Amino acid sequence: MGSNMAEAHPVGFQWVMEAKARGARVIHIDPRFTRTSAHADQHVTLRAGTDIAFLGGVINHILSQGLDFREYVRAYTNASFLLSEDYRDTEDLDGLFSGYDPHTGAYDTASWTYESVQAAEHPSHQDMEQSAPYRHGAAGPTVEGTDRDIAADPSLAHPRCVFQVLKRHYARYTPEMVERICGVPRELFLDVCRAWTANSGRKHTTALVYSVGWTQHSVGAQYIRAGAIVQLLLGNIGRPGGGIYALRGHASIQGSTDIPTLFNLLPGYLPMPDTGHEDLAAYVDAIGPHHAKGYWGHADAYTVSLLKEYWGEAATAENDYCFDYLPRINGDHGTYRTVMDMVEGKVSGYFLLGQNPAVGSAHGRLQRLGMANLDWLVVRDITMIESATFWKDAPEIETGEIAADRCRTEVFFFPAAAHVEKSGTFTQTQRMLQWRDQAVEPAGDQRSELWFFHQLGRRLKEKLAGSADERDRPLLDLAWDYRMEGDEPDPADVLRHINGIDLATGRTVGGYTDLKADGSTSCGCWIYSGVYADEVNQARRRRPRFEQGPYDAEWGWTWPMNRRVLYNRASADPEGRPWSERKALIWWDEEKAEWTGNDVPDFERTKPPHYRPPDGASGPEALRGDDAFIMMTDGKAWLFAPSGVVDGPLPTHYEPHESPVRNLLYGQQGNPVRKVYGRPDNPSNPAPPEAHGEVFPYVFTAARLTEHHTAGGMSRQLPYLAELQPELFVEVSPELAAERGLVHLDWAHVITSRTAVEARVCVTDRMAPLRIDGRTVHQVWMPYHWGNTGLVTGDVVNDLIGVVADPNVLIQESKVLTCDVRPGRRPRGPALLEYVRDYRRRAGITPETGTRIMTAGEGDGPPHTEPGPPQESP
Amino acid sequence: MGVKRWLEAWPVYRQLTGTDPLGRGKAAQSARSAGLAPRTEGADRVADSVCPYCAVGCAQRVYVKDERVVQIEGNPDSPISRGRLCPKGSASKQLVTGPHRERKVRYRPPYGTEWQDLDLDTAMDMVADRVLAARRKGWQDTDEAGRKLRRTMGIASLGGATLDNEENYLIKKLFTALGALQVENQARI
Amino acid sequence: MTREHGNSFYGPLDDPAADAGHLDHPPRVGFFTDTSVCIGCKACEVACKEWNDVPEDGLGLLGMSFDNTGMLGASSWRHVAFIEQQRPLGGQDAGLSALPTGPSVTDAQEEVVADALRGTERGGGELGTAPVDLGFPSFDLPGAATGAETRTDFRWLMSSDVCKHCTHAGCLDVCPTGALFRTEFSTVVVQQDICNGCGYCVSGCPYGVIDRRPDDGRAWKCTLCYDRLRGGLEPACAKACPTDSIQFGVLDELRERADRRLEQLHGAGVAEARLYGRDPDDGVGGDGAFFLLLDEPEVYGLPPDPVVPTRDLPDMWRYAGVAASALLAAAAAVFVGGGGRR
Repeated sequence: MGSNMAEAHPVGFQWVMEAKARGARVIHIDPRFTRTSAHADQHVTLRAGTDIAFLGGVINHILSQGLDFREYVRAYTNASFLLSEDYRDTEDLDGLFSGYDPHTGAYDTASWTYESVQAAEHPSHQDMEQSAPYRHGAAGPTVEGTDRDIAADPSLAHPRCVFQVLKRHYARYTPEMVERICGVPRELFLDVCRAWTANSGRKHTTALVYSVGWTQHSVGAQYIRAGAIVQLLLGNIGRPGGGIYALRGHASIQGSTDIPTLFNLLPGYLPMPDTGHEDLAAYVDAIGPHHAKGYWGHADAYTVSLLKEYWGEAATAENDYCFDYLPRINGDHGTYRTVMDMVEGKVSGYFLLGQNPAVGSAHGRLQRLGMANLDWLVVRDITMIESATFWKDAPEIETGEIAADRCRTEVFFFPAAAHVEKSGTFTQTQRMLQWRDQAVEPAGDQRSELWFFHQLGRRLKEKLAGSADERDRPLLDLAWDYRMEGDEPDPADVLRHINGIDLATGRTVGGYTDLKADGSTSCGCWIYSGVYADEVNQARRRRPRFEQGPYDAEWGWTWPMNRRVLYNRASADPEGRPWSERKALIWWDEEKAEWTGNDVPDFERTKPPHYRPPDGASGPEALRGDDAFIMMTDGKAWLFAPSGVVDGPLPTHYEPHESPVRNLLYGQQGNPVRKVYGRPDNPSNPAPPEAHGEVFPYVFTAARLTEHHTAGGMSRQLPYLAELQPELFVEVSPELAAERGLVHLDWAHVITSRTAVEARVCVTDRMAPLRIDGRTVHQVWMPYHWGNTGLVTGDVVNDLIGVVADPNVLIQESKVLTCDVRPGRRPRGPALLEYVRDYRRRAGITPETGTRIMTAGEGDGPPHTEPGPPQESP
Repeated sequence: MGVKRWLEAWPVYRQLTGTDPLGRGKAAQSARSAGLAPRTEGADRVADSVCPYCAVGCAQRVYVKDERVVQIEGNPDSPISRGRLCPKGSASKQLVTGPHRERKVRYRPPYGTEWQDLDLDTAMDMVADRVLAARRKGWQDTDEAGRKLRRTMGIASLGGATLDNEENYLIKKLFTALGALQVENQARI
Repeated sequence: MTREHGNSFYGPLDDPAADAGHLDHPPRVGFFTDTSVCIGCKACEVACKEWNDVPEDGLGLLGMSFDNTGMLGASSWRHVAFIEQQRPLGGQDAGLSALPTGPSVTDAQEEVVADALRGTERGGGELGTAPVDLGFPSFDLPGAATGAETRTDFRWLMSSDVCKHCTHAGCLDVCPTGALFRTEFSTVVVQQDICNGCGYCVSGCPYGVIDRRPDDGRAWKCTLCYDRLRGGLEPACAKACPTDSIQFGVLDELRERADRRLEQLHGAGVAEARLYGRDPDDGVGGDGAFFLLLDEPEVYGLPPDPVVPTRDLPDMWRYAGVAASALLAAAAAVFVGGGGRR
């Protein structure tokens, strides 16, 4: 679901084809019929933005028919835990959970907790702005106490136990409701339910694949939660052939999350400190206190070791290991917020590192206007991209909004080294680090990022040398002395430091369990610890697959600790026996008194299944022998998320921010805590209950093609790829073509309240109109790879998309919006602005449109707008 | 060329005297065809690499001759990709050797209408100066409540999803030491 | 070498390499393209071009589903066809059957497509979708159907086409310069150092595969990566293919594999699966590159019954035999005599 694996990950898809050849049934649930659908046993078209309604229907089917894998659910999930009496569900509050504040547009999550547990915290509005789950690391925040303190009903019958709450929450997600909301015929839906449940259990597992078709929504994190609930109920997590595959889109996008270039994270999912973290003790207490159960109980060791890597000998116990040197966040500093700040002149300089936001980020026009209002811009790329040349060839030149001789931004373009011109690791989508050997030297001024940033750091240190300013200490004290190869750091040495070093011996540590909180170890990223164990670059291992076991453990290195399947303790039953021989992965070997099997156990190797922690135990010691989910503070997988998610403990169907239909389940139309940026330069198309939605009657989605890559910088310039998909097109159904007078291969243009873009029409039966609650809804889609440079050019599809985001992770909703489609080319120059302005006028759009995010009950919530530049009034 | 070799090179001779009387096979083979070999055989070295496009992580072999990449193809040893590549991965040689690659630093001054040349060292120095100035300009010591911020809002960054872990590590480390926290990448998009 | 009812120009021929004078040669190799697992990624097209330095072949949007290559040609040695079918199987005509398969220089390619578009009801939207049949549009009036329900039988076929490396290769048999030759692997290759661009081969190919490049005039087509074969490597397209839709190997083994696959699909209820180019008794003596298709060959733009144009050559030779023999004898006398023997 939400993935077009055959097109976006063709080589990975060979394994799906192989599974199919061995008898697996492949089901593709997606708004579009794609090259993936063509090879599925079944394709289910659903309306874009309704996946939670579909998945909720599956959950309802499982629970109402008693099809869950009960032993697994009882042992490994929090199904039996009782919830607080204060908790109120969306069924009680017309689509809201308890704790909602319409004025801040945020929840007080205090009531979403277990009955006998003190709520660990009350996330504030500020927390939400900071993308709360990341704030607490990957496991979410702590739940106080261990499971011995949590009231539970193992019979799963108590009305306040998670299992029963879940059942009630999804009771109205019936096949009929799925049909009305998603446009999926109920028999087809039930067919999927039957296939999914029949292929799960002791002897079978079902794998779930998603990609950005799930993440790029205003309820994106909850899509994934919904998928996780289904997979947990059916016992498909931590088991071979099961799991949830998040297929990521770029060579090291997994790596750039693990070792983040993200505002709210430090390496290894340690949160960036915020203004509430006065010192190291307060920080550690918030993210992983000593008394907490599970491996986050060692957060102090991970943090201190990172600080030791950052500031070396300057970091001492006396100065809190330089914790004070870390900058503090206190709100949303995400890329879209930053771009709006650029428009307002609050940002001076901007680095773009292999990234082309003028084409690749939502609301491309806003991106370009932001870049045109900087003091300086540094672009590092292998080829000239639109984000480097916007001052002379942006679409806004034609409309008169940008003029080179009036654009103040100073632009530096640095040619970058390509992947064969440098060594280093990428982390692929299954968390595997693979080392690349350098093949050739880059030419001319081409340099790696490693060279660039090391040089920059060296020069900054030189320029500030001798400074007495306390603000310069973090830079002057920064450990920046890696082993050099010529004038560039040796990437293998950087990887060594990421792995971690025992400062007493100078040798690499063997893994994160070796890390200490006393300053005797350094480690750049605790989850990568082990990648350089025994002073060997484990990521460089390339034992041929012909010479290895089924899990190919000696090819590359997978975090954590080279485990290929996370939480694989759940592949065995509570007693440590495989659920079935067919699905054996790891198991307890009674004779050797250790966990063994085909994978590295994701569990303490010698902890027996019947282990029960002593009183007062904390950290890993507090985990029972059957607590398979070792990173969770209660040792259980969460069907109900008592904390860590800001928009509800259970996934709930909300309509997208822009939708042609009213929410059929609740008065609450959209996600009540979605992040809206109500500004004149970021208008929204109206959605029910707002009026005039008919001006933008069609559902729009954007996607990738096999033949191109993201914003096109690595494909539009290549003749062999450009010729395969040479021109931007918009795909429409024959029915919509007839309705709008669109002719195959003629021009058409797509309009939103942001702009209009033109493209060639492709009429195809692969696009099918849907019947939604008795009316016909058309969907259209466009690939988004084009811009105005390269061998093949075209309008920027991302210009159509406004900025509205998931409140958990601040990712934009670019997979579903509304639009109009008209035959012919779009107007040009200033006439384009007038044309779009006219659409806004007809739709009655103001900066308030779409920002009254609370629509439940009788009340009409307040708008959530912000001042923006005085322009673009309708 | 000796007479015999001269003669044997003549297709009609080979056709009449050889095993290919119709002249459609052996007799028609040209000297060039007879000497053909895959260019990878002449490579000076082969580097083990990984495809730079999507996140599947297909293994690549990069063949180098005279310090130039002459071929990139899949590595059959890989348990992930088994030597296969998609169209983008198959176009990797064009990606790294094509004429679209920029080789020189380009500079556009404020209000400039064309690119200018700039040498790398000067450019690095100019960027370092601008980083320090922007850092000062956007510096915040504390918030309204007097709580420590110790940061600059003057510098932002976007990118990193196609960069190496080691590179991202230094990027995050340096920006953090500078107090710059608006550091983002494709993972947010 | 057995020639039960065939000969060097027609009919079954067990060992084309030996027939072409290669003694002690490696086994015949070829491609088995199983289109039932093709995901239409076009890696084959790109891998071929990267290895063989084949130039870009035009940047036009063709509107034939996701196919922007159009057809095989001098600068497209692999071509992935996309066929959208709204109907369940059986007598389905994808509409592409009316399109000729070559020659394919870019202009001609676009012209062919443009012609086809002009004759269609929905401006070409049905190309590859439904029969080009003006009297019977294949979809209901707008609004009469809601798509999702009515399109459950919809399917999207993909297939990577390539030179067939025929047992009896028309291109080779009509080549007057010896540029085209049969290799020791029984494949058919144009030698660019010899080709003079006469173009006889273009009309000699029953599949419309081989073509001349407008810039240099010479004829080009798939070599089955002759240079790679000589180094023991598999052809670039087969190596890249993510799903092993393109399988390279010894032809006899590929044929066995294909037979098994066909049986498997038939057993699984895919009655429409069939092999194309597998049969040594067909008009070209069987193909070195053959296919498993899920519909009639015409649906994929393949001729249903290709016949090598030199089928009747032996007869013609018999009539012209005396003259030809005399000429050859005279030539031999002159040159052999002149060169002498040592």
